[in-house]
Amino acid sequence: MSAAIAPSPADPMLPAPWRVRAVRRETADVATLDLVPLEGDAPRFAPGQFNMLYAFGIGEVPVSVSGDPADPTRFVHTVRAVGAVSTAIVAAAPGSVLGLRGPFGSAWPVDAAEGHDLLIVAGGLGLAPLRPAIYQVLAGSERFGRIAVLYGGRGPAELLFRDELAAWGARADVTVAVTVDHSDPSWHGHVGVVPALIKKMDFDPSNTMALLCGPEVMLRFTATALRGAGVAADHIFLSMERNMKCAIGLCGHCQFGADFVCKDGPVLPYDRIAARLAVREI
Amino acid sequence: METLERLLLAHPFLAGIDPAFGRLLVGCTRNLRFAPGQYLFREGGPADEFYLIREGRVALELHAPARPPIIIAALGAGELVGASWLVPPYRWGFDAKATTNTRAFGLDATCLREKCDADHHLGYEMMRRLLPVMVRRMQAARQQMLDVYGHTSA
Repeated sequence: MSAAIAPSPADPMLPAPWRVRAVRRETADVATLDLVPLEGDAPRFAPGQFNMLYAFGIGEVPVSVSGDPADPTRFVHTVRAVGAVSTAIVAAAPGSVLGLRGPFGSAWPVDAAEGHDLLIVAGGLGLAPLRPAIYQVLAGSERFGRIAVLYGGRGPAELLFRDELAAWGARADVTVAVTVDHSDPSWHGHVGVVPALIKKMDFDPSNTMALLCGPEVMLRFTATALRGAGVAADHIFLSMERNMKCAIGLCGHCQFGADFVCKDGPVLPYDRIAARLAVREI
Repeated sequence: METLERLLLAHPFLAGIDPAFGRLLVGCTRNLRFAPGQYLFREGGPADEFYLIREGRVALELHAPARPPIIIAALGAGELVGASWLVPPYRWGFDAKATTNTRAFGLDATCLREKCDADHHLGYEMMRRLLPVMVRRMQAARQQMLDVYGHTSA
C-alpha cells in the first residue's frame, strides 16, 4: 500500500552537491536544514522517504525528509547530532555544501488513508519523518475522517516543531496531543507514554489508519495499543530504522528479515513485520 | 444523594458497575474541588481517600533534595488517583497536585475498605477495575524508564 518515487540521478550512488540555505536550531542537539541543489531542480519526494546526506570527508547517513512535499524547491532535513557524521551535518553553516543522494524508500500511504480516521503517532525525532505526511493531510483534511497527531518526547525541552504543534492544535480539523516522559512542574500538559494517549482519542477503529514513527520500543507498544483498540494490523504503518548504507538494496546492511529497510521500507505495514519486531536478534 | 450516585456511576472507572454496588460506594463518596497548585495529598501522608477525576488535571510528583520536583504522570478526566489506600501502611508514595481547576470524587478509604471486607463481591469488583489501571501504569513506568527518546537519529 506504500508507494515509492525512484531516485532521480542516473547513478544512485553518486552524491550531488546541495547548499545549506538555512539552519534552524530545534533543540540542544537537533537542527533543521534547508538544502537547495547547486545544479538543476530538487527531485520530487513522497512523505516518508529519506535521503543519504554526505558530510564530505566524514561520511554519509540516512535522514528522512521533514519538509513539505508541496514545496518543489528544496529538501528539509531534521537531524540529531549523535555521531561523527550527524554532528558534522548539524554543525553545517548556511552556505556550506553537503552531498545528497535520493530520495529513497517507501512512503506513508497518505492517499490510501483518505476516507479513514487517521492517527499520526510520533515519538522523539520521529515527528520529523511524519511532518511531510502531516502537511499533505492538512492540505486536504476534508478528504479524511477525524485526524489526530499524537506526539511524545523525553521532556518539554526536547520536543520538536513546538510552534507548528501549537498551530496544528489550534485548527478545528485536527486533534493534537503531546506528552512527555517526565517534566518539572512548569509543564502543564500530558505526562506519560504515547500509547496511553490512544485511549483518549475519538476514532472508529474499524475505519482507522495509523502512521507511526519513533524509537522501535515505542513503535512496538503503540502498535500493540492500536491493535488492542481494534485497529487492523494492515492499517498500521511504521517507519523502521536500520543501518542503511547503499540505500538501494544492494549492500544488505539494513536487512530486516525478508526486507531491506532502505528499499522495501522505511515505511512498512505492521502486519508484515509484527512477528519480526518481537525477535531481538533481527 | 441520588444526583451524586448518578454522577458517580457515570465515571468511566465505574462504568457498568452493578447499581447495588453503586449504592454502597456512594455512601463513602464526597464531591471535591481543587484549585491549580492545590495538593490532593503529599508523600508520606495518610492514604485515607482515593480520587476519581471528573475534570481537570492532576500531576503526580516525586521530589529529591536540591532538585525541582519531577512530574512522573499527569492524570485527567475519567482517571483515578492513588492506590496506596489499599496497601498497608496506607501512606502515599508521591505528591498529587492539581495543575488546573479540578473536580473529583473522593472516596473515603476506611469506609471503602470496610465495605469491601464485608462484601467480597464488591471487593472483587473493585480489584477487577483497579488492577488493569495499575498494570497499565506499571507498564508505562517501565517504558519511561527506558528513556527511548534519548539517542535515536533520523
